[in-house]
Amino acid sequence: MATLAPTTPWTKEAKDDYRTCPVLTLKVDMHAERLIIANAVMAVVVLAIGGLAALLIALTRWQAIHLLPADWFYRLLTLHGIDMLIAWMVFFEIAGLHFGSTVLLNARHAAPKAAWLGFIMMTVGGLMANVVVLLDPKNTVAYTAYMPLKASPLFYLSYILFAVGALIAVITFFINIVVAKREKRFEGSLPLVAFGFMTAAILATYTLLQGAAAVVPAFLWSINVLSHFDPGIYRNFFWGFGHPAQQVNLAAMISIWYALAQITVGVRPVNEKFSRLAFVLYLFFINLGSAHHLLVDPGLSFAWKAVNTSYAMYLAVLGSMMHAFSIPAAIEVAQRAKGFRKGLFGWLRNAPWKEPGFAAMVISIIIFGWVGGVTGVVIGTEQINLLVHNTMRLPGHFHATVVSGTTTAFMGFAYYMVPLIFRKELKLKKWATWQPYIFGGGMLLLSLGMIVSGLQGVSRRSWDITFAGVVPGTVELSLAIFGIGAILAVIGGIMFVTIMLTSILTGSRLEASQLLLVTGNNNPVLESTKLTEHDMESKQNQPKGAFVLVLAFLAWFAVYYFTNWWLLGRTWFIR
Amino acid sequence: MLAPEKNWWRPMGRLEKTWLTMALAWCIFLTIMMPLWYYMGKQNVPTETYRTTAQKYAATVNEFVTKYQVGEENLGGVPIPVVAPPAGSDVYIRASAWQWFPILQLEKGQEYRLHLSSMDYNHGFSLQPVNINLQVLPGYEYVATITPTSSGDFTIVCNEYCFVGHHTMVGKIIVK
Repeated sequence: MATLAPTTPWTKEAKDDYRTCPVLTLKVDMHAERLIIANAVMAVVVLAIGGLAALLIALTRWQAIHLLPADWFYRLLTLHGIDMLIAWMVFFEIAGLHFGSTVLLNARHAAPKAAWLGFIMMTVGGLMANVVVLLDPKNTVAYTAYMPLKASPLFYLSYILFAVGALIAVITFFINIVVAKREKRFEGSLPLVAFGFMTAAILATYTLLQGAAAVVPAFLWSINVLSHFDPGIYRNFFWGFGHPAQQVNLAAMISIWYALAQITVGVRPVNEKFSRLAFVLYLFFINLGSAHHLLVDPGLSFAWKAVNTSYAMYLAVLGSMMHAFSIPAAIEVAQRAKGFRKGLFGWLRNAPWKEPGFAAMVISIIIFGWVGGVTGVVIGTEQINLLVHNTMRLPGHFHATVVSGTTTAFMGFAYYMVPLIFRKELKLKKWATWQPYIFGGGMLLLSLGMIVSGLQGVSRRSWDITFAGVVPGTVELSLAIFGIGAILAVIGGIMFVTIMLTSILTGSRLEASQLLLVTGNNNPVLESTKLTEHDMESKQNQPKGAFVLVLAFLAWFAVYYFTNWWLLGRTWFIR
Repeated sequence: MLAPEKNWWRPMGRLEKTWLTMALAWCIFLTIMMPLWYYMGKQNVPTETYRTTAQKYAATVNEFVTKYQVGEENLGGVPIPVVAPPAGSDVYIRASAWQWFPILQLEKGQEYRLHLSSMDYNHGFSLQPVNINLQVLPGYEYVATITPTSSGDFTIVCNEYCFVGHHTMVGKIIVK
């Protein structure tokens, strides 16, 4: 313990303690540190449970193996949805929010008691959901629990507990920011990463409120207080929670992209205005996305569906396309400023590919954009959704966004939390170098397998598709690709959990001495402050390579988009 | 990660401006495509919907089946009536756990008003291999005006989870 920096009382009267991080030279409140650790550990725990379920259900859908019986398949599918889409993401994001509102701002945690209350409620709710799904067959209702599928009251109660806990934790984020500003811990605007977390927190607030609008009536209905609740309205409210929840992940993920780019390459945002504007677009328009799930529902007009599904005018998509340029551009400028100026892509060839944070960020950006983003916009097109709704193209899309995108980025970031927050040495560094590639490669195969299966009409959430009797032989192949991808991804997941647990449990306690984990011992974050206006604006440092990359992206986007209209034009006439 | 300089509201670079313009133009194009297809395309999402109840809808379906039944076919071990309604008429399919009822026999190139509703849970009407997918909700009578453009036997798969027998819920449409 002698190696640890001494903690110091924050103010004369306060009991709070802080230490100074020797690498980032920022103050770290010990309350915040403990909160971050607790939330991150719970995130890894639920990731491990959800990952085990993932392996078993994937081996069942791989038709040639078909492992589980039907009831266990649907049960673990329910569990997988809850643990991954809700628990893993939200625990990690809350860890991120505590980090963004204290450490990054050089500030203290202003409401640790409330934050702990939130953590306890989330933990109890999350574990309770796991237990009631495993023990009571009534609760095999999938994570969406569409009414009138009726689960036991405890099922809904676990959702409510988790959501209220998360809401309390999110509120402490806002309190921290206000207090930090008032105590003048930072001057001027929030750092971009904290600004992105702020976007995530605002989105999370109304996401959780909409979740309450769906789950509270469902709970009342399950205890017979409410006799009827409209199933269409439930779907609308549920997706008012379910879809924006993924946009919270999006905002958090992009903040982490910026953070990882700075940690590993030492970037400075090319234009703060441009990047912040992109976050603001999310804030205003992304909430409309719940319509994506209702595009072929009865009772809604074309106009309602078209306006909502397109986020007014694809303005949230515009936000993502802006980040898609601004992050690679920032990396290119920083790399060029270091002297890697050869050709269009010399900066990319000389990037730190062995650094897990960099690899995770690049894989996350590529699969999120090229697979997840493009397929998302296409299947969210009102008419094209006729071909896609509830087929395997849906999970194919969101595994590319939430898993290949968000989860990979979170995993990459988690490695840096080990030395900086846990103050342990990262173990199994070689594994950490390979892990993003194995996980990302597996997830890419998995998503493509799902998308190609879905294109052939294979439905999602189905234990055995052979009942349909019309399955083309090529489906066997695409499902096998999906299954192999799943196994690879699970191996990558096991590597991540092993690296984290080994480091946390057996690593020696020591103060971080450097930022990079594998590639050298310089400090890119401090270097980034040395990038001058001249570096940023000089002609030879312009991000031409990144611009070519986004042009290629746009071309691929257009090809995939028009192919889908062509496919739609070949089916039966319908109106 | 670090606080920006005091005045970060600065003009964008040339490449940023170009990309922003291109991306915005693409977004506007994506937006226009939907109303364009709505007026010009032959495949649009149906919007016609009526409120109904399980009893009312079941009675309508039974009446429809009695009127136009031409045979019976085994589907997953259960005998399901085959119904051949006249071209241009209202045709009905009832979804319940875990059955699509009845089997429709339609003519290629003719238009039908296909009614869909559920007796219990959410179900997913997924017609294969033409791959048309619609959500079916209890209490809502969804009317899709369809014209089969190909003939043969088509399978209706349920693609909305409706408890553990979900995957056994398979129906049929025959197009002559």
